[in-house]
Amino acid sequence: MKAVRHTWYMILRQGRNLMREPIWIALLLIQPIIWLVLYGQLFKRVVHLGGFGTASYVTFLAPAIVIMNAFFGGTWSGMGMIFDLERKVVERFLATPASRLSLVLSQIVRAALTSGVQALVILVIALALGVHVHEGALGWLVVLVAAMVVTMPFAALSQGIALLTRREATMIAVANFIGLPLLFLSSTLLATSQMPHWMQVATRFNPLNWGVIAAREAVLPGTDWASIGVHMLYLLALTVVMTAFATWTFRAYQRTL
Amino acid sequence: MDMIAVDGLEKHYDEVTALAGVSFAVHEGEVFGLLGPNGAGKSTTVRILCTLTTPDAGIATVAGHDVLRLPADVRRSIGYVPQESGVDTYGTGRENLTLQGRVQGLGGARLRRRVDELLEQVGIADAADRVVKGYSGGMKRRLDIALGLVHSPQVLFLDEPTTGLDPEARAAMWEEVGALATRETLTILLTTHYLEEADQLADRLAIVSQGKIVVEGTPEDLKRTLSGEAVSVELVAGTDGDPVTVVLGLSDVHEAQLEGRHLRTRVESGARAIPGILSALEGAGIGVEAVTTHRPSLDDVYLHYTGREFAADEEAA
Repeated sequence: MKAVRHTWYMILRQGRNLMREPIWIALLLIQPIIWLVLYGQLFKRVVHLGGFGTASYVTFLAPAIVIMNAFFGGTWSGMGMIFDLERKVVERFLATPASRLSLVLSQIVRAALTSGVQALVILVIALALGVHVHEGALGWLVVLVAAMVVTMPFAALSQGIALLTRREATMIAVANFIGLPLLFLSSTLLATSQMPHWMQVATRFNPLNWGVIAAREAVLPGTDWASIGVHMLYLLALTVVMTAFATWTFRAYQRTL
Repeated sequence: MDMIAVDGLEKHYDEVTALAGVSFAVHEGEVFGLLGPNGAGKSTTVRILCTLTTPDAGIATVAGHDVLRLPADVRRSIGYVPQESGVDTYGTGRENLTLQGRVQGLGGARLRRRVDELLEQVGIADAADRVVKGYSGGMKRRLDIALGLVHSPQVLFLDEPTTGLDPEARAAMWEEVGALATRETLTILLTTHYLEEADQLADRLAIVSQGKIVVEGTPEDLKRTLSGEAVSVELVAGTDGDPVTVVLGLSDVHEAQLEGRHLRTRVESGARAIPGILSALEGAGIGVEAVTTHRPSLDDVYLHYTGREFAADEEAA
């Protein structure tokens, strides 16, 4: 109970800090819009190749951009932890009865909530660009949930890396290192059937792609609810594993004090 | 009752020994100072007592709770003001204090009142709703102290409270700590590498050097153990000879040490000993540039017990 309460206090602090940096809010909102508009235009004709499940590339793209954005939000969330470590905020809380778990958990949940808000904004813009969500309101909900669920394992991983390296430069390098390869080894921009065989195989093991599948199933016609459920479960299971990893790195960090 | 009891603390980091068996006790309501150069082991001691790290050997209790067995009870009883400010610079003073109070289990109107009271007490009420990024060093430090006090702890740890502050802010901080010290219920453990600070603030102090406590007592007691006066002689650069042996040959010189070209001696009476010291040095062909005499200071105490000058240890650290 204390862990939950303290996690909430910490989330409030992080959220408030984010609100104080309007430039961040602007970037967080404008960036996915640029992705959506830019890629939507650039690859417009690619749907003619077939296998996209829709004749509208932007409809194919929109749910994936939501997930991609959530994925990036997750992988970069460790920066918040590094910021707190550098300023000894974490240390100050460690000398209080503050729940240890809440210090890590709040960062992960905060990243997921941010993704949810961004997902909503992207979906509204997608709507304006003529995207039709096949499953209606329920479909919207699935995309929002998928965005949050895909954020968590990557956020937990990012927290772990932040706690192990405790350096901004290393954190940036790692986030870049995992970010782009996972993006291109997914069906975010291109239908899986258009990829070389080995890449098609790789996408199956890519957690980012699990999120893309879940979100896209809810947007395109012929929704496969079982697939949505299974991929969400994969992501939740991975979240448990990654959170355990992050907690372990937190203990390792405490031992270095 | 001893609010802090430390017995045989040891801590090693890889090859480095941070603490080599530290023992001391702090009584309720007392201001206890740990004095020593950077790297002597003061901060490590405080971090063990605040449950941030664990000792490799030894026992420590704070407010009656064992730091290893009951860390949660220790954390409820203490306020920790770390050397490097741990405030969230994106939050306001009030927000920082409110969150700190919440994790300490306070809430509602009681917490709001407590926060207002503390902001007033440490003199940052006017800046309470400004983001901490815009605070001066002294204001930030006072907020740090308020953060440590929010739950009215029994023991307050101040790790280098005035390091990095300008003289004016330092004087203000001394006043602040002095005011806290008058409360009989609050026990304060303070670390510092400023001799004047320990002299001014601490009821009792321990000198820490290379992971060990070399001496412990009230500042007055420590100074009194050094009878007589100190005479410092600055020698002309590049002179040969052994000034220590020369002056120790004099009957009224009790002790002499040479650091660079700085000869420090302890004598019964400066006025009576100086002519003898000067003529003995002159006789040995050792040139003298300046002579000063003073009552023993903590600097002399430090030199006496560690065999090294405080300033020299500071530079080495």
